[in-house]
Amino acid sequence: MTTSTEPWTEEIVEVAGTRLQLVKGGSGAPLLILHDELGHPGWLHFHEALAQQHTLYIPFHPGFGRLEGLDWITNMRDMAGWYLDALDDLGLGPVPAIGLSLGGWLAAEMATMCPGQFKQLVLVGAMGIRPPSGQIYDMFLEVAKQYLTVGYFNSANTPEFQKICPDTPTPEQAEAWEMAREEACRLGWRPYMHYPSLPPLLRRLRKLPTLIVWGRQDAIVPLSAAEVYHTSIPGSQLVVLDNCGHHPEIEQADEFVRHVQAFLS
Amino acid sequence: MFIGYFTERPYQDPKSGYFGATGKPIMDLAVSNDMYDPELGAELYNRYLDEKIYAEEMGFDGLMLNEHHGTPFCMGGAMNVEASILARITHRAKIVLLGNIIPIWDDPLWLVEQLAMIDLISRGRLVSGWVRGTGRESVAHNAPPHYNWERFQEAHEFIVKAWTTSGPFRWEGKHYHFRHVNPWVKPYQKPHPPIWLPGVVSRDSLLWAAKERIPYIMLATEMEPTKQAFQLYHDTAKELGYESGPQNIGYLWKVHVDETEELAEQAGRKYVQGPSNPFLAGNEGTFNPALATLPGLTSRTRVLPTQVVATRARGGAAGVLGRPYEQQIADYTIISGTPKTVLPKIRHVLEYIRPGSIFFWDGDGAMTHDDAMRSLRLMGEEVIPAIRDMAQELELPGPFEVDPATGTRLEAAPVTAQNADSGSGNGAPEIKA
Repeated sequence: MTTSTEPWTEEIVEVAGTRLQLVKGGSGAPLLILHDELGHPGWLHFHEALAQQHTLYIPFHPGFGRLEGLDWITNMRDMAGWYLDALDDLGLGPVPAIGLSLGGWLAAEMATMCPGQFKQLVLVGAMGIRPPSGQIYDMFLEVAKQYLTVGYFNSANTPEFQKICPDTPTPEQAEAWEMAREEACRLGWRPYMHYPSLPPLLRRLRKLPTLIVWGRQDAIVPLSAAEVYHTSIPGSQLVVLDNCGHHPEIEQADEFVRHVQAFLS
Repeated sequence: MFIGYFTERPYQDPKSGYFGATGKPIMDLAVSNDMYDPELGAELYNRYLDEKIYAEEMGFDGLMLNEHHGTPFCMGGAMNVEASILARITHRAKIVLLGNIIPIWDDPLWLVEQLAMIDLISRGRLVSGWVRGTGRESVAHNAPPHYNWERFQEAHEFIVKAWTTSGPFRWEGKHYHFRHVNPWVKPYQKPHPPIWLPGVVSRDSLLWAAKERIPYIMLATEMEPTKQAFQLYHDTAKELGYESGPQNIGYLWKVHVDETEELAEQAGRKYVQGPSNPFLAGNEGTFNPALATLPGLTSRTRVLPTQVVATRARGGAAGVLGRPYEQQIADYTIISGTPKTVLPKIRHVLEYIRPGSIFFWDGDGAMTHDDAMRSLRLMGEEVIPAIRDMAQELELPGPFEVDPATGTRLEAAPVTAQNADSGSGNGAPEIKA
């Protein structure tokens, strides 16, 4: 489904025993982006900015895009195990990666299993840890549009919000959200979007350069979870952005890109 | 014809200021239980049990219970507790559970034991229905909605095996794991209590019922889509090589009988007041749209014709009725009147849908105990006897007259001793294997 006018392409590739929907764009060394619990929202400003120096690899996690998921994947560790196999098949050796929210949890689980898989790791508003104060917002007690709104400190002041969450979503968009919610449910219904043994296992990331980026006003995963990531991963850096909710990559895109580029170089 | 009585046992609290047309609107998950009054709860549980005893006296064949969680419109959060009490304090009527929400429990062996005990204490009067539950049930007990249908099927297979197979045995399924299944209780009825399936929207569930040859009960749906859904059952049965009939299908809807037309209208309007179930067509309350779309709970594509109607009732602006009382009266989803005026309408429903089981949903919403008791008395005196004649004439056998699995006529079982304290017997037919 390649289009000539877009700065990205989309293809279906056979990896790790299934078909994977993969978006690619940009030029330079590969950079893996693991999308959040509502799936890949389309090519946004932060993608375009990062694509100036990297070839972005944005896979749709199994079950999140147009393709069926894998029945045997019933929790995030199953998914992480499958993903490591998939990255082998994609030839993405030690690769820098950005994990967004649920994708951050996925990246963290993969890194505990195989820290050498990543060259650098950026965790953004990552799920996966039960926050010592506050709680992870329950996405299943809201419809997708409401959940998206809660994810921003100021959605009205975020130009790309209308693109991500239009007043009247197309039927295709609504269906994509439902597909994503269903798969997110399989991965994180209980314990809700975290796994209790993740923090002690994160010590394995001590040789992996890790940047943790959080919005100070994150209403989906409270900032207290960022601090646990930070203390659990020796040597990690923590950047907290002001006037920013759960999506620093969208709500404070320029500042986010600046921090990420500085870290990756 | 099998005739059952049902009320959802609403938590009626006029002081609360909540609940439908009589007060502040409610939405699922939006009312805290800090308002719960234990004195009122005690009163209502006992009231609803008293009404069930009276329903049996008035000649109903079945006393139907259902279960919901975390909501004021249905107090049956532990329906099997109510069923256990009925097993002991009633003597003749079937105890019809529609049903246990099997996918939400992580330990179906506990249901194997509970239900077998109810069947024993009632001396074989249990009808054990299953449901998949709505979103609020998955949320209340934190059960994984995306595995609801898989867990439903596996739990059913496990429970039937535990009832019918000598233990010990091991069960290693996808969702349930038991290393030593050997419950020290077995059901009274052989091979096991009849299993029925009520529903509203899921095509998967209805087709499953047809495949398993078990009766499917449609809950408070409009007549035309109900008829279409039942046709799907009959067509599926034919494809599977057996002839289904009225004994395979049941219909629950709102029927109230009263002494005068004025009283009937006053009481009938109370159906759509009070804390009634917003999931079913025409009731008060607002369905939480997130619960309606809990991920994976029901297939988004494999739905029944009745789903459109069920959806119409949900999710409107707070306090706005899905369908007003007058419209429900017009399309017979509510029938309320004197015996003289309700009987022709009931006949129309029976002729149109041709169910072998019917359930009158009464005493609900904001109806009082007196409203419920007047109706029960008149049903016993005038309505039920007339319906039995109608059913004979229209040839609508129930599932205790014709076996839903084989289509063969069942003979009434010999009179068996009932509860020791009653000393009375009855001629309740026995389900044959």
